[in-house]
Amino acid sequence: MTIEVKNIVKKFGSFAALDNVDLKVGKGELLALLGPSGSGKTTLLRIIAGLDWPDAGEVTIDGEDALGHGASERHVGFVFQHYALFRHMTVFENVAFGLRVQPRAVRKDEATIRARVKELLDLVQLDWLANRYPSQLSGGQRQRIALARALAIEPRILLLDEPFGALDAKVRKELRQWLRSLHSEIHVTSIFVTHDQEEALEVANRVVVMDKGRIEQIGTPGDVYDNPATAFVHGFIGESIVLPVEVAGGSVRLGGRPLNIAADGAASGASKLFVRRHDMQIGPAGTGSLEGAVRHVRSFGPIQRAEIALSGGEGKTVIEIDAPRDRELQAGEIISLQPRRYRIFAVQE
Amino acid sequence: MGLTLTWLSVIILIPLAGLFLKTLELSPIQFWEILTSRRTLNALKISFGLSFAAACVNLVMGTIIVWALVRYRFPGRRLFDAIVDIPFALPTAVAGVALTQLFAQKGWLGAPLAELGIKVAFTPIGIFIAMVFIGIPFVVRTVQPVLIDLDPEIEEAAASLGANRWHTVFRVIMPSLIPALLTGFALAFARAVGEYGSVIFIAGNLPNVSEIAPLLIVIRLSEFRYADATAIAVVMLLASFVIIFAVNRLQRWAQTRIPAH
Amino acid sequence: MSTQTSFVTPAARLQAYASTADLAVSPPSARKASDRVRQAAASRDLRSEPGPIRFIIIALALSFLTIFVVLPLVVVFASAFSKGINAYFAALAEPEALSAIKLTLLVAAISVSLNLVFGVIAAWAIAKFDFTGKTFLITLIDLPFSVSPVISGLVFVLLFGAQGYWGTWLQANNIHILFAVPGIALATIFVTFPFVARSLIPLMQEQGTQEEEAAISLGASGLQTFFRVTLPNIKWGLLYGVLLCNARAMGEFGAVSVVSGHIRGETNTMPLLVEILYNEYQFVASFAIASLLAMLALITLVVKTVLEQRLDEGQTPEGRSE
Repeated sequence: MTIEVKNIVKKFGSFAALDNVDLKVGKGELLALLGPSGSGKTTLLRIIAGLDWPDAGEVTIDGEDALGHGASERHVGFVFQHYALFRHMTVFENVAFGLRVQPRAVRKDEATIRARVKELLDLVQLDWLANRYPSQLSGGQRQRIALARALAIEPRILLLDEPFGALDAKVRKELRQWLRSLHSEIHVTSIFVTHDQEEALEVANRVVVMDKGRIEQIGTPGDVYDNPATAFVHGFIGESIVLPVEVAGGSVRLGGRPLNIAADGAASGASKLFVRRHDMQIGPAGTGSLEGAVRHVRSFGPIQRAEIALSGGEGKTVIEIDAPRDRELQAGEIISLQPRRYRIFAVQE
Repeated sequence: MGLTLTWLSVIILIPLAGLFLKTLELSPIQFWEILTSRRTLNALKISFGLSFAAACVNLVMGTIIVWALVRYRFPGRRLFDAIVDIPFALPTAVAGVALTQLFAQKGWLGAPLAELGIKVAFTPIGIFIAMVFIGIPFVVRTVQPVLIDLDPEIEEAAASLGANRWHTVFRVIMPSLIPALLTGFALAFARAVGEYGSVIFIAGNLPNVSEIAPLLIVIRLSEFRYADATAIAVVMLLASFVIIFAVNRLQRWAQTRIPAH
Repeated sequence: MSTQTSFVTPAARLQAYASTADLAVSPPSARKASDRVRQAAASRDLRSEPGPIRFIIIALALSFLTIFVVLPLVVVFASAFSKGINAYFAALAEPEALSAIKLTLLVAAISVSLNLVFGVIAAWAIAKFDFTGKTFLITLIDLPFSVSPVISGLVFVLLFGAQGYWGTWLQANNIHILFAVPGIALATIFVTFPFVARSLIPLMQEQGTQEEEAAISLGASGLQTFFRVTLPNIKWGLLYGVLLCNARAMGEFGAVSVVSGHIRGETNTMPLLVEILYNEYQFVASFAIASLLAMLALITLVVKTVLEQRLDEGQTPEGRSE
């Protein structure tokens, strides 16, 4: 099932939670809405679900106008960060709820409902908890029950709001893989909201990066990591070295000193140079664009992480780089650095 | 510590023990005869029956009031929220004379009701009205905090699962309120059973018709029939123990079934 | 409750009300777009009910409260002033009225101060220590709340009455408890005992014993710890308990009625005088006294609201979460 969001605007007072957002989600996708808190990702999800209403814009699900319908008529499965299980009902009754409140005309008989709930509890591998109350379950179990409950109504699309946000790190990792394999099993169009880039990159097949109510970039995990469209995306996803530079007529200067890199068509003016930590080539002093003293080295696994105090320029700029361990760095050593891959973004006012 | 216990004993324990000792002076047959005498039986019936009816009304109206106060915004909402406490705060004698004046045949409400042929003051209806008055804060104040703290997400979850508002209210919200509702009901009931001041003015106090049990105790005392008074008192005391016990169990049940997250 | 509205301006509240009751009417122009906006507005708050139902619920709640709670209160003042202000003050200046007011104040002073002292000690013992019989103690403290006031009076009659356990001995030694001030005070203390202890126990339990332990480890004596650490921490809760205790002490009717003996000018408290005057059809006089008690109740309510806000703030020093 497809979802299309057009020109959505949502304001809370004078704060624009969503500022003209457009988004298309294809059939069977598993899409991540990724952004810091306050970026509008949860608001967008809630608008698609019918839990919030935009001030302007359109939402269509399968080409059908969704804003004409309330949440209860949209057939959208929603999973809440804090599970929102009905605490006075058993696990079984929680999952059955959506089937029991269907209009009389389409409501299934009790035996069908029981069979369906059993099937769903099997799917989330928790059939043995059917008669427990939510308060007797662990966080991870509760979230799986919440998911089974959302799936019970055979939703056209599945929306998950920070589904693993309230869980501890280990359970989170397990549930991530589980969600991905579940999705490949049932293939329902799904959108999940997260502020955790690792989660987004690992689980989703497309990632929507949001900031301040706008979409910054939409792309595959590889895309958004390797080809960030904006300074924000480059800074938010993965760890980057950011240096303030000046672009003038095709040359790039740092603290007045020209760097031996191409401006790549970047406009003249104050800019920022983004380089991934592992994209800094290390060489002997005097061979690269940048030079600095190694202050501190930590080695773990296949890499060594080094703190480099860049020389030249005003003040002391300290950066962290990741280098392979084929050449061990020593504290105090002077080395040169050359960005292998980099991006230059103009500084916006 | 020791002082506290001594003080509690002097003030609470000894008087209560005295009550039970007094009962023990009665033979079981005497005790039974007092309780099953027509007047006592009727007084107990009136007290417990009307209290139950009043608590039922309080349950329904209390829920409606809580809903309006918690869920809706309207002018004067905070004022009405404060007003709910008046039956708690108003001395019972004042409430009694005020209700009587209001519902007497020439009163502001009594006059129009009399034209409809409904006589309230000095009838069992009057007792019922006074009991409703005295009980309303119990339901409101026990349910209100629970409704305020109810997680808004469970309503959103219900809606996203296709439940209409009716289903959401009656299958999701109300069941979550049940322990609080029952507690409020029990407290209102217990208060109405023991209530004296706000009831006796409007009651009419006709033996067997509109005479409540607490009044019968007072009457027996003034006749120096201490044994009769004590027997009735013991029954009422046991009833309130049962109710306290039930309320405590309810609270515990609510906590095990629906613990705070 | 109060937190939700505290930052809403009156105008905004009225606006909200207008939309609540479906009073906001928009012109039915601009077909398609407005259709959707309207539909959206209708289901915008999915945690609320359709306009007409909202209206009915609010109407029911407000009419019920008005009829059952507001009107009785208004009747008190209307009846008190029904013969004019002069009659009102004349009624209050009657010697009988003055003596009832004096007795009420005396009894309240005695019972509030005793319950204050023992309520604090009882709450302290329960909140800060574990001992066998603690549950029993709590039940004992709660008991007067759940016992009919008439029974509360009755127990003292059984002890001190002419046919009571100690009645003969008291009579022989010419000690008057029943039908005298001591009896009234005892019954009032019994009835009002729970207020102070009950409002302190949760507060003291929440605060725990760490601060006291810190004070003692810094060399403070038990009493110093109590007056410098414990007491300042519970002052609002204490005031709250005293306030409710006082209101009930002045207004208690059932228990006092049983033990007072209704001796005019001697053992009638204000609530008892209200009854006597009312039964003698002296309505203005009766409601004049009643109006004083009603005002006491209203003042108590206002102060209570203020104190509750203080207590809320005390519990969340970081400020409101909403």
